[in-house]
Amino acid sequence: MFKKKRNLIAVGILLLFAIATISASWWLPVSPSLIDASRRLLGPSVDHWFGTDHFGRDIFGQTIVAARVSLVVGFTVAVIATLLGTITGLIAGYYKKADFIIMRVIDGMLAFPSLLLALALVAVLGGNITNIIVALSFSFWPVMTRIVRSAVLQIKPLQYIEAAKTTGVSDPVILSHYVLPNILSPIIVQGTFIFAKAILAEAALSFLGIGVEPSIATWGNMLQEAQIYISIAPWFSIFPGIAIIITVLALNMIGEGLRDALDPHTTGKAAKEKQAVKKIVNAA
Amino acid sequence: MTEPLLEIRDLKIHFPIKSGVLQKTTNHVKAVNGVNLSVNKGETIGIVGESGCGKSTLARSIVGLLKPTSGEILFEGERIQHDHQKGMHKIRRDIQMVFQDPFTSLNPRMKAGDIIAAPLKAYKMTENLQGRVKELMDRVGLKAEDYDKLPHQFSGGQRQRIGIARALSLNPKLIVLDEPVSALDVSIQAQVINLLEDLQKELGLTYIFIAHDLSVIKHIADKVAVMYLGKVMEFAGNETFYKDSRHPYTNALLSAVPLPDPEKERRRKQIVLSGELPSPSHPPAGCVFHTRCPFAQEACKLEIPSLKAVDDNADHLVSCFFPMSAEEQLAKLSQTTSG
Amino acid sequence: MLEVKNLKVQIDTAEGIVQAVDRVSFRVEAGQTLGIVGESGSGKSVLAHSIIQLNPKPATIYPEGEIIFEGKNLLELREKALRKIRGNEIAMVFQDPMSSLNPVFKIGSQLIEAIITNQKMSKKQAKARAIELLRDVGIPDPKRRMQDYPHQLSGGMRQRVLIAIALAGNPKLLIADEPTTALDVTIQAQILELLRKVQKKYKMAIILISHDLGVISQIADNVLVMYSGRIVEDGSVNDIFYRTTMPYTWSLLRSLPRLDGQRHERLINIEGQPPNLISPPKGCNFHPRCPFATDKCLKIDPELTYRSKGHSAACILSEQEFMDGKERIEATEKERGALTYDRTTA
Repeated sequence: MFKKKRNLIAVGILLLFAIATISASWWLPVSPSLIDASRRLLGPSVDHWFGTDHFGRDIFGQTIVAARVSLVVGFTVAVIATLLGTITGLIAGYYKKADFIIMRVIDGMLAFPSLLLALALVAVLGGNITNIIVALSFSFWPVMTRIVRSAVLQIKPLQYIEAAKTTGVSDPVILSHYVLPNILSPIIVQGTFIFAKAILAEAALSFLGIGVEPSIATWGNMLQEAQIYISIAPWFSIFPGIAIIITVLALNMIGEGLRDALDPHTTGKAAKEKQAVKKIVNAA
Repeated sequence: MTEPLLEIRDLKIHFPIKSGVLQKTTNHVKAVNGVNLSVNKGETIGIVGESGCGKSTLARSIVGLLKPTSGEILFEGERIQHDHQKGMHKIRRDIQMVFQDPFTSLNPRMKAGDIIAAPLKAYKMTENLQGRVKELMDRVGLKAEDYDKLPHQFSGGQRQRIGIARALSLNPKLIVLDEPVSALDVSIQAQVINLLEDLQKELGLTYIFIAHDLSVIKHIADKVAVMYLGKVMEFAGNETFYKDSRHPYTNALLSAVPLPDPEKERRRKQIVLSGELPSPSHPPAGCVFHTRCPFAQEACKLEIPSLKAVDDNADHLVSCFFPMSAEEQLAKLSQTTSG
Repeated sequence: MLEVKNLKVQIDTAEGIVQAVDRVSFRVEAGQTLGIVGESGSGKSVLAHSIIQLNPKPATIYPEGEIIFEGKNLLELREKALRKIRGNEIAMVFQDPMSSLNPVFKIGSQLIEAIITNQKMSKKQAKARAIELLRDVGIPDPKRRMQDYPHQLSGGMRQRVLIAIALAGNPKLLIADEPTTALDVTIQAQILELLRKVQKKYKMAIILISHDLGVISQIADNVLVMYSGRIVEDGSVNDIFYRTTMPYTWSLLRSLPRLDGQRHERLINIEGQPPNLISPPKGCNFHPRCPFATDKCLKIDPELTYRSKGHSAACILSEQEFMDGKERIEATEKERGALTYDRTTA
């Protein structure tokens, strides 16, 4: 996967953001929370690369610091949703009786658009980062369950699973050593996509004013505040917006790159041709 | 007379077909529909049949992967209780299986050595694990250095050897082999067949060998059973089966196998069956073969024949009301076409 | 009618360039059946697909050779012209009937489409012809079966439908790639009988590819034995089965378990594994596994040499050397207690 330039760039961008945001307090020339009423809504300049906001704060600095929330939320949601989804998916896929119950619950959860579900949860729980993470994990977990379950269903009838049973291997060992290692690729790929979607979701929620509390810098919050100034200070909206786009794109590219590299069974012209050639050569 | 190692009594395995929103059972696929079979220690029983005959389903219930709908399987005189987890775990040490597909019968993420060691680990027989695995690899003709390789790094024939080593690891008494060489190249088939025969001699194994290739069965089996739509049509010793078969289906089956011998092929008269295989969810009434049998009579449509001895030979059983030899069958057929 | 001259086919894979077909030359005359026999990796399937260039593009390269069909070199034709011939004068039947038929269309419409693509006919006429073809291939109640979908038919029926589709263009040549491998033995017998009948009726040439030597001996007039992309023996079916002096063919015939063989007879297997097509062995491709191999075999890459009329083999051993070697090998085997009997004599 690291052979393709495109993938390397995507990973590079992500790492760059992560490092930049973690070390922000060390290298930012101007503190992003420095309020200066005399410098309100200035356009991009040498002093302020992205301009200033309605409080005179440096937008570039804010964008970098806001990345923290997005990345943390995205990553944590991805991890939690993946863990929960994998566990439920494994059980649902492997045990027919549990399947029925689990899938009806999951179907119910999937019936709600994920954003609305998150919205409802935040409304009940309140708008701090932890609650956002909980809400979004809850909305994204069912997708992972579905994916894991269908992967398990594909593996279950294979002969090496039968062989494990006939040689006395217990169910937990089968699930952990025989099933899980062979379905890792869709899990990882989907996890990356959830990461991206969670970032978007958090930004959307904050933009709507029902996400993270306004005092914490997030891209969504920035967009929320920038709304009314959009005609006079478009840079206030543009830069956080671009940041979101780049991050999500990078994550999507990583996800696709992982999929192409890890799972030869999925779609994609290159993969299909590879298979056709392999088939002919092997059967020749 | 010693008791048989394995006995199958009136085994039936039916799979429910569910349809509709409420998933009601509308019908059953009668994969195995009344099979009686006896296997003695040290023998190789060949089970042949075409697709849908139930041989794979039968194999899977012998090793405990499928639960019978009715009937019983007795191992060393005792009934195999498919529901009883502890009992099954115990019996699995004695009954093992070699699978058909060298590509999907091995966990692609496990090293070859670990695949062979897995049964030993499952039964907590971990003393000198690596040593025993290497010994097994050696015995099946694999190099011990290949312990750490993954399945895709081996060829088809080698992968089958890994599967065989895995089956041997627990020192089983009975091995069920489900089409173990069908997916292999002709030149590799011979290697694996030779290996299986050597192992049987060395270790005193009993084999149930399932195949659709009659030439392979001819080579390796002591006794042969032919299945059709879930039932045994004929059961006989090897020589008897191939030279003196009496069931019209067996005769047709044997006659349909092409010989790698152009002159013999040209001189041969084939019995070609008409019609298609009926669906296992709607097996014909009476004798299941009657819809394709060139000699079906009224009785065949009404009653189900049971396995009866031919010419008072208890070792040759046929499930037919009007058994006849291949020559008789050919003669009768040419009569009707020329008449 | 079809002449292949010195054909080379290479396939560009992720692991390197595979020499799938190497210097292959042969002819097929009208009304004859040519059997191509080989194991996996022998190149027989690639060869068959190459005749009408169905190998995956752009991975396939044809660096050398000609495929001359009715005077035209097929390798020089453009896709449009090829498509006219494909399915029309040259038809193909593949191994797996399920993947060759479109599952969402009724077989009747697929058949009619095949007929109309190749000939100018009204739909009504095409329908009538379709029913006639289905009857020809032995499908009972053809009018009703036209309305069936592929999954409603059994494997044998589907194969018959494929043969009907192949016949729709009145082909002069039918290429059948393992047409019966996926079928049960009694159905296989039906299909082979059908192919013989159809060949007589339509006076077609058939190229039948199989790894099953029994099928080949039943249906072929002439046989090509392929190994590692090369033709290693070329002759009439009797030449190959009874008079071979080529170590690979001989070893292959000996390793088969046979219906007329004996129980527990030791099969004389061929040692080793089929060769790696990306880096084939130097010299003769078969020498690492050949019981007759000499030092010369490491250096020389044998060409097909004449053995008798219409019979050639690619081995540097002369007939006498082969016979001597054979005796030597059989003597050693007798010593080791292996039962042998020479099946290569009728």
